[in-house]
Amino acid sequence: MPRFAIVVFPGSNCEGDVLYALREVLGQEAVLVWHKETSLAGYDAALLPGGFAHGDYLRPGAIARFSPIMGSVISMAEEGKPVIGICNGFQVLMEAGLLPGAMLRNKTLRYVCRYVNLRVETTTSPLTRECRKGDVLRIPIGHADGNFYADPADLEELERGGQVMLRYSTPAGELADEANPNGSLNHIAGITNKEGNVVGLMPHLDRSYQPELGSDHGLRLFGSLVASVS
Amino acid sequence: MNGSQKALLETHHLTEDEYQQIVRKLGRQPNLTELGLFSVMWSEHCSYKSSRMHLKRLPTKGKRVLQGPGENAGVVDLGYGLAAVFKIESHNHPSFIEPFQGAATGVGGIIRDIFTMGARPVALMNSLRFGPLSVPKNRSLLEGVVAGIASYGNSTGIPTVGGEVAFEECYNLNPLVNAFCLGIAPKERIFLARARGEGNPVIYVGARTGKDGIHGATMASTEFDEAAEEKRPTVQVGDPFMEKLLFEACLELMATDALVAIQDMGAAGLTCSTSELAARGGTGIAIDIAKVPQREKGMTPYEIMLSESQERMLLVAKAGRESEVEAIFDKWDLHAVTIGTVTGDGMLRVRDRGTEVATVPCRALVEDGPLYERPLARPSYLEKTATLDLGSVTEPRDLGDVLVRLMSSHGLASKHWIFEQYDHMVQSNTIVLPGSDAGVIRLKGTPLALAMSLDGSGRYSYLDPYLGGALAVAESCRNLAAVGATPIGATNCLNFGSPEKPEVMWQFARVIDGMADACRALELPITGGNVSFYNDTEGESIFPTPVVGTVGILEDKTQRVSHHFKGAGDWIYLAGETTDEIGGSEYLKTIHGMIQGLPPRLDLEREKAVQAFTREAAARKWLRSAHDLSEGGLAVAITESLFGPLGEMVGATISLECPGRADTLLFSEAPSRMLMSVPPGQAEGLVSLAESFGVPLSRLGVTGGERLRVQLNGVEAIAIGLAALRDAWWSAIEKDMQP
Repeated sequence: MPRFAIVVFPGSNCEGDVLYALREVLGQEAVLVWHKETSLAGYDAALLPGGFAHGDYLRPGAIARFSPIMGSVISMAEEGKPVIGICNGFQVLMEAGLLPGAMLRNKTLRYVCRYVNLRVETTTSPLTRECRKGDVLRIPIGHADGNFYADPADLEELERGGQVMLRYSTPAGELADEANPNGSLNHIAGITNKEGNVVGLMPHLDRSYQPELGSDHGLRLFGSLVASVS
Repeated sequence: MNGSQKALLETHHLTEDEYQQIVRKLGRQPNLTELGLFSVMWSEHCSYKSSRMHLKRLPTKGKRVLQGPGENAGVVDLGYGLAAVFKIESHNHPSFIEPFQGAATGVGGIIRDIFTMGARPVALMNSLRFGPLSVPKNRSLLEGVVAGIASYGNSTGIPTVGGEVAFEECYNLNPLVNAFCLGIAPKERIFLARARGEGNPVIYVGARTGKDGIHGATMASTEFDEAAEEKRPTVQVGDPFMEKLLFEACLELMATDALVAIQDMGAAGLTCSTSELAARGGTGIAIDIAKVPQREKGMTPYEIMLSESQERMLLVAKAGRESEVEAIFDKWDLHAVTIGTVTGDGMLRVRDRGTEVATVPCRALVEDGPLYERPLARPSYLEKTATLDLGSVTEPRDLGDVLVRLMSSHGLASKHWIFEQYDHMVQSNTIVLPGSDAGVIRLKGTPLALAMSLDGSGRYSYLDPYLGGALAVAESCRNLAAVGATPIGATNCLNFGSPEKPEVMWQFARVIDGMADACRALELPITGGNVSFYNDTEGESIFPTPVVGTVGILEDKTQRVSHHFKGAGDWIYLAGETTDEIGGSEYLKTIHGMIQGLPPRLDLEREKAVQAFTREAAARKWLRSAHDLSEGGLAVAITESLFGPLGEMVGATISLECPGRADTLLFSEAPSRMLMSVPPGQAEGLVSLAESFGVPLSRLGVTGGERLRVQLNGVEAIAIGLAALRDAWWSAIEKDMQP
């Protein structure tokens, strides 16, 4: 059975949600790994959960990238194993240089927590292999700094390389400014690295894995991850 | 007493009589440090000296109550070996002086009260009151307060699942910020703030002590004047990251058996935590303040003892287990420092290196403070406000226009601009999204869900404090019934003007009586709370504003109900009776500019029956929606039911018999009413169920269509397209908050 490592930084606060979805809902072997650890040997995938690692002081993810565990997160990424950053975890992966771009403050300058619609752009990532291109997923966001930015060259490369995984859309799957909750360039909600194994996304699949939570579309992303390491 | 002594007492907000009491208790004159200790512990904020004798009238016992008032928070039994720990607290004064930090540290303080008792915080709510948003200062207060709450709650990973916001002129210079927190603890492992065991180490953990917040408790116990801005240094600065580390570390420590007692350092800081731990434990405590981690050099014993620096905890551990405690805090990069020991002499001894700088009996600080039976006087304004001549209220011709104006008034408009700034989904337990009658979270590993609601009544309590108190309790319980939950406990936050005004004390006493009667009728124990007096600015008191936080249980979470219509073709019913009472209503204020009349009467037996009926219908899973009727009355409740949290819209066609005035029928705020929708197949069952509960039930219409249509006596009185109606309601606050 594959083993999932959930990396916990001081200030992380969604590790329990990721753990519950993987362990209790999907019956997987998932373990919380404290950021002071230095090895991820024996794990098939790593997830960096949401929260406020190191208080988000200085800049989200800016201090977390220096945590002792990050060396082995980078090694896992280089080995081609899935490394998934959700929300704050996405910000950490950007700061660590595993994913391109940066997060600006939301265009409203305010934190925003609500359900959004996401259009699946690629099905080659470890999170979307069980989706179809064009599928619209309803999954919530919760962040103050989720306004994706990349310089024109990087953005061009992301688009051309098929590295854009999810975009904010209307329920019908159309791209529109009203459906873009934070001002992200090209409506980007999630991306992968060039190799496709490192994934970052702002939406919380870990808050939408059962119908009673308002949606279980997050389970399709978790399910894809499980399938991709099984 | 000479002039400088008098001035000294004045700066400490102590009366000469209180000073003489101190001298008697010590058998000598206090030194300056000791005077400081007494001034904070005997402040209204810490001692409840004006309110204690009235609070005793509230019922505090119930079959699920494990801990009533007197501890950091109340505790109720949930079954499954679990307990809910919850409390509400005000941070009104700091939030006016510095809205962001004032509100943020209010959240921080209430979170500490909860985890102090061994509970993991799982939900936050807040009750806010501001002056009208047409005044720029109120917009900046709202902006700052919401951002402060968001910053603290979001970073600590606790969802803000509900709350309320109201606007009224009387809060112009005195906004109310009341924060509620609920945590879950193993029933067998509730920690109480009782220092026991002579020789056990007293350990300080968390942030260093600085000069911030000195005399915060006394600041909250006086009126404001033009110099309020000068009080900014008395507001503390919060660090939610530190709080998060602190509660994770404390909860980890609590899972061992090394801990004897624990208390947070909130109002009155180290003074309060040491003296309360010892007084409640029947022991004494001796500390050396030189060992207290300090943010800056040269702090005096007085400053260290009175500092209200945030994110600090005081522990009593078992002797010999110190290294275990230190190891846990080390993991979280926090330092645990032993600053003293538990003693057997009942004294608080504060040493600075070798010298004893304060020696005070702990009980004198905590339990033997002054107790006032302040004079009461019925305010004279009530003569003028009590009567409402309906004939003088012109009946509007265009009821659709009135409805749109009400839905877009800030009191009734959608609060999404506010609650979307709060993380309301973290911990993945939120199973009713904000916007319904109550917040509902599931408890993983059990079939249970907990519902919670915060409800205050300012205008009603101004017009009739007794009814205001009773109606706040009734509405809060009704909100729980609307989601299918049974109330099991409540906490209250009582926001009032100066207790030195007999009119304010009369309002206070009447509010307590109203709350007590409603609590008894609805079998709702009050397990703790907070009193905030001195909400006066430049001599003007706010409306008396009791806020009730109720907690309810659903034994089966799948029985929960939310407020919005779920689709076309369901039948709409109203449980309860509409009267023509519009005194104190939103309609009267917003449309006619009047704050006049008496609040609607409350029949507690009827209230109880409507709630029980709603719960039973929910338990049978007949209800597609249920929504309490409150501000704005029937027409507003129907309109709110058209819109779901994910953008859903369902129209409705309503047909009403209207023997009298249309405006009172549509906008009366008569209590004990519930709007519900059921599939037609359940209608017969619902009718006979209502009969068995003795609850009047009338069919109003059917869901569906693209409009809200209301017919009165067969004539169409309101017909509005859903999109326009939703936009008016949805974007009103957002639009007015644009810079």
